[in-house]
Amino acid sequence: MGYEEIEHTADWALRVWAPDLPELLSEAARGMNALAGVKLNTTNRSSRPIHLTAPDAESLLVAFLSELLYLAEQENLAFDSFDLNIDAKAQDGLQLDGVLHGTSIAEISKAIKAVTFHNLHIQKTPDGLEATVVFDV
Amino acid sequence: MELKHLRKISDYEWEIPQSYRHDMRASVRIFATRRLLEQIADDQSLEQAVNATTLPGVVSPVVVMPDMHQGYGFPIGGVAATAYPHGVISPGAIGYDINCGVRLLASGIEYEAALPYLDTLATLLNAYCPSGVGSEGVVRVQVEELNKILREGARWALKRGYATEEDLERTEEGGKLEDADPAQVSERAKQRGREQIGSLGAGNHFIEVDVVEQIFHSEAARAMGLQEGCLAVQIHCGSRGLGHQICTDYVQSFQHAVHKYGIHLPDRELVCAPMDSPEGKAYMAAMRAAANFAFANRQLLAHSARRAFEETFASRFKKEWRLRQVYDIAHNMGKLETHEREGQRLRVCVHRKGATRAFGPGSPELPAEYQDIGQPVLVPGSMGTASWVLVGTETSMERSWGSTCHGAGRVLSRAKAKKQVRGERLREELEAHGVKVRAGSMSGLAEEAPQAYKDVDMVVETVTHAGIARKVARLRPVAVIKG
Repeated sequence: MGYEEIEHTADWALRVWAPDLPELLSEAARGMNALAGVKLNTTNRSSRPIHLTAPDAESLLVAFLSELLYLAEQENLAFDSFDLNIDAKAQDGLQLDGVLHGTSIAEISKAIKAVTFHNLHIQKTPDGLEATVVFDV
Repeated sequence: MELKHLRKISDYEWEIPQSYRHDMRASVRIFATRRLLEQIADDQSLEQAVNATTLPGVVSPVVVMPDMHQGYGFPIGGVAATAYPHGVISPGAIGYDINCGVRLLASGIEYEAALPYLDTLATLLNAYCPSGVGSEGVVRVQVEELNKILREGARWALKRGYATEEDLERTEEGGKLEDADPAQVSERAKQRGREQIGSLGAGNHFIEVDVVEQIFHSEAARAMGLQEGCLAVQIHCGSRGLGHQICTDYVQSFQHAVHKYGIHLPDRELVCAPMDSPEGKAYMAAMRAAANFAFANRQLLAHSARRAFEETFASRFKKEWRLRQVYDIAHNMGKLETHEREGQRLRVCVHRKGATRAFGPGSPELPAEYQDIGQPVLVPGSMGTASWVLVGTETSMERSWGSTCHGAGRVLSRAKAKKQVRGERLREELEAHGVKVRAGSMSGLAEEAPQAYKDVDMVVETVTHAGIARKVARLRPVAVIKG
């Protein structure tokens, strides 16, 4: 489980790998925080429920990270711990229900405009799943 | 892509024929020198341009500019025209920062006379033009007022005393796109926009004070109010979080639309919908609302820049301190335009992503004073290097859908730039070269270092030799404000 920054001329790309989809989403969120230079406050931790549906795993990953970008910008919140459950048999595709754990943001150094679908494929590997996410910055 | 697949048209123009890949619906026309092509051959720019030719309803050719570089889905520096009304509109081919653009204001203050006060000016610009990650704007509006901004653009600012009639006349589309519909904009997007109107943001956005270093086209410079040796101001920013959210919303919802309309694409970021479909109409109305927000945003920043100029210079200079608008252009936009192809008039949606509209002389969209010279084109360089003022030409109308370059174009990834350049050191170097710097983030400054960009002079030489723009003036930076 982990992430690493990948070379991209104009924007940012992040390779993420994890044993399963909930962990892949969690690790992508941690990687996105690292790219944006997010530093969390150390006190007053709080939790936030999250519910998302998406037609496929890639769309769910984009929707999840986009939700975190919105919460960072609008409520100055960032999250570093995640309890996520994904129902793959939901009527509309995939349904995510979970809880985000984090605090207010103490410092953020870079603005991420958006999470893109560019060449986004969640691939199975011998160790689980892997994807490369490109962010517009 | 290997350069052997390109057909040379001239030293400044190349083609990827439609036969290159089976799913291409158009050819690709590239404006570049061999040297510029070699710079981008290692990234995905040209493959992304080929992918753009698969958009349904695309009219040949897809065009890419010499400042092209790899983007996401659609290359930066790309132009694609799709036939109206059955062709598609693609949010990803316009970008997340809808109507990101540049405004140029000119003064009559001579640089030498202004030199002792540039520090004060830079400090005031930094104070009055909010910048940085998630920065809040100079005004905070309620949703009802925001809806007026989304409908009226810079004209809203005129009614509130933040603009002059001349500002609007010298703005692309008069600062207001018709048929914008706030009802097609999500509440989230509005929430983000409500707090950010009148702010610069971060990333590659900036306010820059320049000196007009050299004039190449005196008639055009006179019409624009540009005087050699005098100060000018550039404002580079867009629709902030509102535009980002609109594009995010529609790229997600269009994932369904492509299935509904049976559209197959090589990259999901290119998702699109026919312009005459409910989905396509909704996005166009929302995109126009974001464009209007961006016009109003740059107008408010111009108002703040004027305040900084007045406080710095009004007691020392007579009328020379007044900032008159030269022009305001968009370089991320989709617009319905009429173009002539082989004697036929075509109504098309021109997607420009990192490319500037460059209409030639006589275009009815231009104000009276620019009718003879063509539309002003503003090409910001990277910090510490030149920027350019150009004008559109008849050739740009014929060869590039009335478009030309938009900047220097990145050549170095942000990760490499951060490794090679230290923000503090860069600031010291710029200051040593007479450029005052106010920056919120040193790592952000490093990512935007001049070394990360192509040589803007080479980009401009390419478009002028290709004939798709003509030089008017070269600007040299003397103060930079960045988030």
